[in-house]
Amino acid sequence: MSSWTNNPILTIEHLTMRFGGLVAIGDLSFNVGRGDITALIGPNGAGKTTVFNCVTGFYKPTEGRIVMHRSNKEKFLLERMPDFKISAKAKVARTFQNIRLFGGMTLLENLMVAQHNPLMLASGFTIGGIFGVASFHKAEKEAVDRARFWLDRIGLLERADAPAADLPYGDQRRLEIARAMCSGPELLCLDEPAAGLNPKESGELNSLLQYIRAEQGTSILLIEHDMSVVMEISDHVVVLDYGEKISDGTPEEVKNDPKVIAAYLGVPDEEVDLVEQEVGL
Amino acid sequence: MEYFLQQLINGVTLGSIYGLIAIGYTMVYGIIGMINFAHGDIFMVGAFISLILIVTLGVTASMPLALLILALIAILIVSMALTSVWGWTVERIAYRPLRGSFRLAPLITAIGASIVLQNFVQISQGARNKPLQPLIPGGFTLSEGAGESGFIVQLSYSQILIIVVTTVLMIGFTTLINKTSLGRAQRSCEQDRKMASLLGINVDRTISLTFVMGASLASVAGLMFLIYYGVIDFYIGFLAGVKAFTAAVLGGIGSLPGAMLGGLLIGLIETFWSGYFSVEYKDVAAFSILAIVLIFMPEGLLGKPEVEKV
Repeated sequence: MSSWTNNPILTIEHLTMRFGGLVAIGDLSFNVGRGDITALIGPNGAGKTTVFNCVTGFYKPTEGRIVMHRSNKEKFLLERMPDFKISAKAKVARTFQNIRLFGGMTLLENLMVAQHNPLMLASGFTIGGIFGVASFHKAEKEAVDRARFWLDRIGLLERADAPAADLPYGDQRRLEIARAMCSGPELLCLDEPAAGLNPKESGELNSLLQYIRAEQGTSILLIEHDMSVVMEISDHVVVLDYGEKISDGTPEEVKNDPKVIAAYLGVPDEEVDLVEQEVGL
Repeated sequence: MEYFLQQLINGVTLGSIYGLIAIGYTMVYGIIGMINFAHGDIFMVGAFISLILIVTLGVTASMPLALLILALIAILIVSMALTSVWGWTVERIAYRPLRGSFRLAPLITAIGASIVLQNFVQISQGARNKPLQPLIPGGFTLSEGAGESGFIVQLSYSQILIIVVTTVLMIGFTTLINKTSLGRAQRSCEQDRKMASLLGINVDRTISLTFVMGASLASVAGLMFLIYYGVIDFYIGFLAGVKAFTAAVLGGIGSLPGAMLGGLLIGLIETFWSGYFSVEYKDVAAFSILAIVLIFMPEGLLGKPEVEKV
């Protein structure tokens, strides 16, 4: 049995998202396995980012249920939670296809913002922080250490005090992942992390993701178009087309699924005739 | 020379008060891109709360000095706390329900909130001027009129108090914004509210806290205004608010040091204009300078031009 049926970290059940008359996602169900790297793939406009937006509270789904199973056995119904609680309580973090760093803040500050909640608690909602309570200094130091650890990990430690907007594109992508990791997530959702990266950067990204999964124990759900990335690092692949799931399984299974090939490459003309006969056209 | 020095002292004092109010405008604009027109009236409410506390506690200049200082500190803190509640309430009632609606809606409720506050104070406290006996009389005489003009330069204790309190608060406040987690959260909300909330920051609460901080600084300005001029009425918030808003725009709206600098400049321009040219046209002078600066530097003195990413 596969980990995503046995021990899922995220279960999506009958998710439907309509925008007026447009059905972006129709009755979609799949699981994300704990400790897996799960890839969500599909042609452009298949509804992948919409799934992400539903999971992270950007959209309220029209129908369906999204359940996050945290490792401490707590369950969260994500479709009912305001977005800031999804990160703070359910421990789901995400990155964006178009990078959304806080460009005017330094790299270190970007990573510190992600640790806002524990710091606020430790500083007694700033009041203790103003008077310099010891627990606040300790928490602040831990937060800085954690931020520096991740900066070191992504190889940007020496640029810690530079504004994030000044970084080259590939570095910004990795910084965004580091920032998401600083919020201490159990599930990390990455929207096209390899988009626009050169082969070297793409390789670095793969090793970073594998490190996050292996050493940090964080499960990863990612949207990706780069099939080399998908096939190399993912344990589980879910394929969407026109808002519906057309395939779900290991990379090997998915690669050889005729429906997937049809969705990506189209079908030969004879088959179209066959299908048209079937539906009576 | 003596005359110039005196005007400089007066200008810096007035500028400090404008600066304190301007911070409230600039922070709110920074975080939600809206001009909080009720902010001037929050300043007025702060001044009234201070006056009520002073009268109730029976604080007068004849008290022993230590007791007077203690009483003023207590009044400052209580007035900051109470005025913050007003600021928080205005945000909660007039602005938060309209977040996400079209841009002009909160502008209209802001004007509404301003009228409500003015009328509430007018009805509950009366429309007449409220005078206060000078709390901190006296001062240093810096020049005994020795020069050929024979002009006496005075630095009053209340002016020292205003300049010191303002400086301390501005330093503390800048530290708060730059160094604490709350300040970082605020700056992140300024840049990308949606992303901040995806990182677990409660954006609504951060915005509320911005209003609370702005209101508490305005209440300090209110107490300082009361001590300096010794008379307030329900309408002082309007002109002070417009001046502070001008200061915020002049310094570059959204920029914290800009608000302080802008406040100082507006205070100086006003004082020097009325000192050397005419008192009647001091407002004209302040606003003309604003217009000229904005023609040549549309982002204000310290504002950053908005960079559109393509």
